[in-house]
Amino acid sequence: MKKTVFLGSLAAAGLAAGVASATTLEDVQAAGVLKCGVTTGLVGFAAPDANGNWEGFDVAVCRAVAAAVLGDGNAVEFVPTTGKTRFTALASGEVDLLARNTTWTFSRDVDLKFTFVGINYYDGQGFLVRKDLGVSSAKELDGATVCIQTGTTTELNLADFFRANGISYEPVPIETNAEAQQQYLSNACDVYTTDASGLAATRATFEDADAHMLLPEIISKEPLGPLVRHGDEQWSDIARWTLNALISAEELGVTSANLSEMAKGTNNPEINRLMGTEGNLGEMLGLEADWAQKAIGVAGNYGEIFEANIGESTPIGLARGLNAQWTQGGLIYSPPFR
Amino acid sequence: MTAITDPPKETFRLSMLLYDTRYRSLTIQVIALICFMLVIAWLVDNAATNLAALGKPLSFGFLGEIAGYDINQRLIEYNSQMTHGRAALVGILNTLLVALLGCITATIIGVFAGVLRLSNNWIVARIMSVYVEGFRNVPVLLWIVAIFAVVSETLPAPRAFRGDDATAHMLINDSVALTNRGFYIPKPIFESGSMIVVLTFILSIVGIVFFRKWAKARQEATGEIMPVGWISLAIFFLPTLFMFYIMGRPIVLEYPELAGFNFKGGIHMRNSLIALWLALSLYTGAFIAETVRSGIQAVSKGQTEAAGALGLRGPRIMRLVVLPQAMRVIIPPMISQYLNLTKNSSLAIAVGYMDATGTLGGITLNQTGREMECVLLLMLFYLITSLAISAVMNWYNAAVKLKER
Repeated sequence: MKKTVFLGSLAAAGLAAGVASATTLEDVQAAGVLKCGVTTGLVGFAAPDANGNWEGFDVAVCRAVAAAVLGDGNAVEFVPTTGKTRFTALASGEVDLLARNTTWTFSRDVDLKFTFVGINYYDGQGFLVRKDLGVSSAKELDGATVCIQTGTTTELNLADFFRANGISYEPVPIETNAEAQQQYLSNACDVYTTDASGLAATRATFEDADAHMLLPEIISKEPLGPLVRHGDEQWSDIARWTLNALISAEELGVTSANLSEMAKGTNNPEINRLMGTEGNLGEMLGLEADWAQKAIGVAGNYGEIFEANIGESTPIGLARGLNAQWTQGGLIYSPPFR
Repeated sequence: MTAITDPPKETFRLSMLLYDTRYRSLTIQVIALICFMLVIAWLVDNAATNLAALGKPLSFGFLGEIAGYDINQRLIEYNSQMTHGRAALVGILNTLLVALLGCITATIIGVFAGVLRLSNNWIVARIMSVYVEGFRNVPVLLWIVAIFAVVSETLPAPRAFRGDDATAHMLINDSVALTNRGFYIPKPIFESGSMIVVLTFILSIVGIVFFRKWAKARQEATGEIMPVGWISLAIFFLPTLFMFYIMGRPIVLEYPELAGFNFKGGIHMRNSLIALWLALSLYTGAFIAETVRSGIQAVSKGQTEAAGALGLRGPRIMRLVVLPQAMRVIIPPMISQYLNLTKNSSLAIAVGYMDATGTLGGITLNQTGREMECVLLLMLFYLITSLAISAVMNWYNAAVKLKER
């Protein structure tokens, strides 16, 4: 009898321990490191350099959040995830933030229970082909073999596009970008399809980049952004406003060069609120007053990050296009810091 | 005088559960069982609670939703507008296909390699040792990827077959094309009247079985040996060929032809299937070779010598005396090799072969976010498949095992 009671209370204690947990912010601060899910390697967005340091456009988001929360942009543990493993990794708590050019869709937001904290790149799905294939439009791809990253929205877009146009194709599912590249270059597929930015990044690494081209069709909207789990609003707010801080910094003219000067106080109250010299925005988030300063201090504002990793001066050579600030005719727009 | 009296009737006391050896082991077992069940209950409850906390209670409704993705290799009708359940079925059939093909070729390779490893020819025996050790000691995933890389990197792309100055050519009278997207082979087309030909063929096979039984009975009764092999061969081919021409050649071959980006027509064996099939066969074949070798060596040398003394020669000794006895040792470990091969086929996604793990446990899992349900279904599928293979093999084992009379 006593034994049963003992076992029962033991089980109850175990159950309680299994369910109760601290907030994500407390977990991250206790660990002293932000676990950030990134791609397994897509140059420009997230890839380790020659010294093994991760760098790229998505990596910069991870570092900015780490700086805002922990004060150190290097306090990040990068977890490479494939298109297939990323959601399980986030849902299970293996990563705290997923910045892996992931498309914001209804079902991912609502059904998979994730919160997209914003959009850091407006993209669309394109097709990469060899120029000597003699194809000028995706509608001429009847019967083509198409390499496609499995577990992505591109898989569904592709099925829809070929179905809508009444043409056939042979899908070859691929796990990672590197495998897709190998298959495409060995001519095992005629076409490689994924987000146009990813195609540009992949093409930039080819020895004979000029022999390949992107077809004019962009067959989908792919708003890419970082995401977190549902249910911890404080954590999603932190990630959302860190991204917004980077975007606002560009709009307000705060750069890594003039950051320390701006931090001393300016006559623009919005810059002051962003820098934490006025108001108590940091406290509302549960962070220190200069959280945004630290985030911007890692690699500069949104525009600087873009130019350094995927901009026109890099081999990837992406124009700002839709990803210019709203004041420059683009879609990048941050709600006000107030 | 002694009177036999009944021993005093013991009343059962609770403390006897602990101190009486008759009951103690039972008590311990019951407690262990309760602990085990509590752990299971805790795991299940924890999973259910956490899923509920995530807002994703266990539900299999997603199987009826539209899948939305395409699958390249499908043995049954499927398109992107069909359900996730149908997509899972396509994947399951692909798994069964590669498992069946793999088991057959692994057995053939394994038996040959196992017998040849015992060959008196030094070179043959050494080559087989190299094969067995090479494949047995490298993870099968690496072999799958390596064979896939060889196929896709070394063979020509379909476009190399095009034009007057084509660098690659089709083999065997323009009927087979080996490309880096897979092998294209002719496909038989069954027209009207072909059913009779197929039926004749099936009847011939039944005929062969009966003929061999009859020939064996006759040999045991009279001692006369008939040319069983030649007659079987004749029964195998002649009636079917005869019927084929009588019916006006109803079975024709459809040859693959280069059209557009790819070859069209014929059967397309994708390089993912070839790589997976070959790697699984060679890998498991190496294990089967060792099983076969140990089985043969388990048969006492006296049996071989006795057979030799009776005037039988090498191959016949192996076929009639050694192998039937070795089978009793070989079959049980062979079952687990078949199970391993089937389970190893779940590595298919490494080369983009859409098996059950690729569809149900891959794309469907990803698009619907139903990790728990998909993985449970997958486990159930592999469990049922493995148990079915075990059942069949155990039945076969019971048929060949030593019958004590």
